[in-house]
Amino acid sequence: MELSAYKLVGRIRAKELRVEDYISSLYDRIKRMEKSVHAYITLTKDLALKRAREIDKKIERGDRTGRLCGIGIAVKDNICTKGIRTTCASHMLESFLPPYDATVIRHIDDEDGIVLGKTNMDEFAMGSSTEYSYFGPTRNPWDFDRVPGGSSGGSAAAVASSMATLALGSDTGGSIRCPASFCSTVGLKPTYGLVSRYGLIAYANSLEQIGPITGNVEDCALLLSCITSHDSLDSTSVNKPEEDYTKHLIDDVNGIRIGVPREFFGEGTQDSVEKMVWNGVLGLEGIGANYEETTLKSLQYALPAYYIIAMSEASSNLARYDGLRYGYRIPDKSYDWGTVFLKDRRFGFGFEVKRRIILGTFALSAGYHDEYYLKAQKVRTLIKRDFEMAFKKFDVLIGPTMPIPPFRIGEKVRDPLEMYMCDVDTVPSNLAGIPSISVQCGFSKGLPIGIQMMAPPFREDVLLRVAFSFQRNFPTLAKVRDK
Amino acid sequence: MKASGTRIGLEVHCQLTNLKTKLFCSCSSDYRGKAPNIYICPICMGMPGTLPVLNKKAVEDAMMVAIALGAKISGEMLFFRKNYFYPDMPKNFQISQYDKAGGVPLALGGFVQIDGKGVRIRRIQLEEDPGKLSYEGTIESSTHTLVDYNRAGIALIEIVTEPDMSSPKEARLFLEKLRSILEHLGVSDGSLEGSMRCDANISLKGGKRVEVKNISSFKEVERALSFEITRQKSLIERGLGVGQETRHWDEVRRITVSLRTKEEEQDYRYFPEPDLVPFVITEEQTRDIERRMPELPDKRRRRFIEQYHLLPQSAEILTRVKAIADFFEGCAKLYNKPIDISNWVIGELLPHIRDKSIGIDELRITPKHLVDILKLMDDGTISRETARFVLQNTLSTGKMPYEVIEERGVKRVVDRDYVKKMVEKVLEEHPRAVKDALVDRKVANYLMGKLMKMTEGRLDPKLAGEMIKRRLSELSKSATF
Ligand SMILES: [Zn+2]
Repeated sequence: MELSAYKLVGRIRAKELRVEDYISSLYDRIKRMEKSVHAYITLTKDLALKRAREIDKKIERGDRTGRLCGIGIAVKDNICTKGIRTTCASHMLESFLPPYDATVIRHIDDEDGIVLGKTNMDEFAMGSSTEYSYFGPTRNPWDFDRVPGGSSGGSAAAVASSMATLALGSDTGGSIRCPASFCSTVGLKPTYGLVSRYGLIAYANSLEQIGPITGNVEDCALLLSCITSHDSLDSTSVNKPEEDYTKHLIDDVNGIRIGVPREFFGEGTQDSVEKMVWNGVLGLEGIGANYEETTLKSLQYALPAYYIIAMSEASSNLARYDGLRYGYRIPDKSYDWGTVFLKDRRFGFGFEVKRRIILGTFALSAGYHDEYYLKAQKVRTLIKRDFEMAFKKFDVLIGPTMPIPPFRIGEKVRDPLEMYMCDVDTVPSNLAGIPSISVQCGFSKGLPIGIQMMAPPFREDVLLRVAFSFQRNFPTLAKVRDK
Repeated sequence: MKASGTRIGLEVHCQLTNLKTKLFCSCSSDYRGKAPNIYICPICMGMPGTLPVLNKKAVEDAMMVAIALGAKISGEMLFFRKNYFYPDMPKNFQISQYDKAGGVPLALGGFVQIDGKGVRIRRIQLEEDPGKLSYEGTIESSTHTLVDYNRAGIALIEIVTEPDMSSPKEARLFLEKLRSILEHLGVSDGSLEGSMRCDANISLKGGKRVEVKNISSFKEVERALSFEITRQKSLIERGLGVGQETRHWDEVRRITVSLRTKEEEQDYRYFPEPDLVPFVITEEQTRDIERRMPELPDKRRRRFIEQYHLLPQSAEILTRVKAIADFFEGCAKLYNKPIDISNWVIGELLPHIRDKSIGIDELRITPKHLVDILKLMDDGTISRETARFVLQNTLSTGKMPYEVIEERGVKRVVDRDYVKKMVEKVLEEHPRAVKDALVDRKVANYLMGKLMKMTEGRLDPKLAGEMIKRRLSELSKSATF
């Protein structure tokens, strides 16, 4: 089956492929693969097929069709879908039916995209492996014993195993790029404010964005074009004219200035990863770009600053889950409200979520607030400034997405610090609010390695151009998983 | 009650009742008297994935308050989250503002003049109101707590003063003045139930600061503060000392009850609300609102003195409540006798309002009613006594003064025969007074009083006086013969 959305749209519009047949074949694939991968929490087959038939009719009638004309999309389960349960992979929201669509879902609908189902993730997006899901872990399609990365592991695994053509993830500290890298897909975290967060269930509001996870850079540009908009429902969304990002799919990196910050190859970076990413940089140099090693000193504090800010915000965001209005409620009603809240939260949240709520509560507490939260915010300001300085000299910065290849399921769950360390290369972009993409960079011992490219705020155009050139010139780095 | 070294500061919460919608969503804010939980939406219910969007009109209304109080408006204000668990808060945090930890509230500083004394304002901020808890029966007997979220998300301004007041009376005067200012601005209607609430902090010389929460109306403030001062005074006098703590005003028992001591103080873990961007207020915007500011109580008081030649004290009383000042001016426009009008409003209307403890909006008369009565009095149709009677009757029934006069037959009697008959009746009933009056004509006034009392003041006084005089001189002549 054809894997690229942009090619599929062409065939569908040319009436070479009926949407209903194509969507059915995706569900056939899901039926075969899902037992081994477990990418989805909820499938919406009936709705999807109904929608497929509607779009087929549109095409028959010769009506105008949207840019996602019939394409099947997997949606991370922290993005609200009206009437379709949205769980955040948590017991707390196991049967939560949002009465509203996230703004990105409305865009997908407007562009005739089809939601295939809701994908697995770390509970409330807190994790880097999709192991912290109430519904059980997702497996890496390249090696079922390994993690797909996280927290958008289900979305990346669905695309990597062809159980979806496109997927939406969310990225708070790497949650799109990490699984994109681990599953050999493309994942883009847009500039903060480019994509509406309305309907994205918050983990850490000041850091996160919804973004595409796709098989290739073309599809990434297509999906990004469809979901960016100014949204009056999201005060942090930027008022900026909409852009067709597919215009920037240009195979030309001549004169592009690449910076390679040393901090991205710090302690804990595996040799194979370092080697492959450097190969990538040299490859780009080979087709006309210039590179230079550089340094962003403040990045050494990025990881602790990120975790303090993310956990602080999370501790407040997740306070609303008390079982009173929606979500998990203990069956015994004979307690006072304080006890009910306590018990609902004790049984409704998983271990890692509770750990982060407690740590975040601590970081904001009187007496510690200045030492942790405020200091982290200062570091954040420094990191932003360092990136600004760097982008005066460079068009893009490049480094590994993940310091290591996909690890084994169960390998890191016992040591949260080791798990947190995996995010060291992805969190700086979230702290700075800059766009960042992870693209396939090859395989080491059969395991995918991703290369990460970062650009100044709202320069997704540059990012897509470099990523597209990279993929076009080194296509063998991106293998296709089709078993 | 004035204890030496008493310092009182207030935190006043006023709903911006002029707004049609809530602070961060488009739900109706007209929740009073409505069925519970009908004015709610995913945003004010804090449902997962929803985001707040600031009501710009709320900012403008709050800016008017800041300007009226002489506060300095921030060029860029921030919203902060105040975190604590409570079932009336859908998110278990309140979107508010803060003046510490990098927080910038809407405005800082400011000043309110009361009774020749200044009360400094520390800060003015915008925040959302929580929902409302209710119980079936009493708190003690109810097995359930019910929550109504209609109020959750209503726009509030919080006005925090410095501890510049030294008596419960000053606190009340401050609140009355504040309410009058807000009403003149048209941003908050203090007569609506629960639209203005306050917390107070009180410290006496030799004691620590005590915060009293849950004072649900301005009427309660004086009571709560008086209780608290007496309580603290007796502790200090007995050498027990007053520790820092937070207390709760129990309206039913009229006492304060300890909520928590300093060690148990809640930690609200304030931090910037990440879903709202810093709100920029330009000087241009501030100037624009300054230009649109309505007349405020102080200025209006001065104008009343100048334009209507009222006594300063009368002008002060009339401008304490906007509706009363409006009523006075309404009358003055219809009838150019401002001093008489002010006397009637202060001497008759205000006592009625006080006795019945109602708001002026609950009065059943309009300026036209009062003016009609005054005109009838001035043209001699009714006596002053009758005018009072008609006003009281109009106040209780809402009928037009003419109707009352017709109905009750209280029109002034100018029928000579009737007056004559009444005069003879009075003289017959008071033979001793008549005898005295023949000797001392001043006693005639006594008889006149009796006459007016008997006729409920309806006789034309001039005519009645003449008739008494004439009858007395007739009697005097017949006695001589
Ligand atoms: Zn609402």
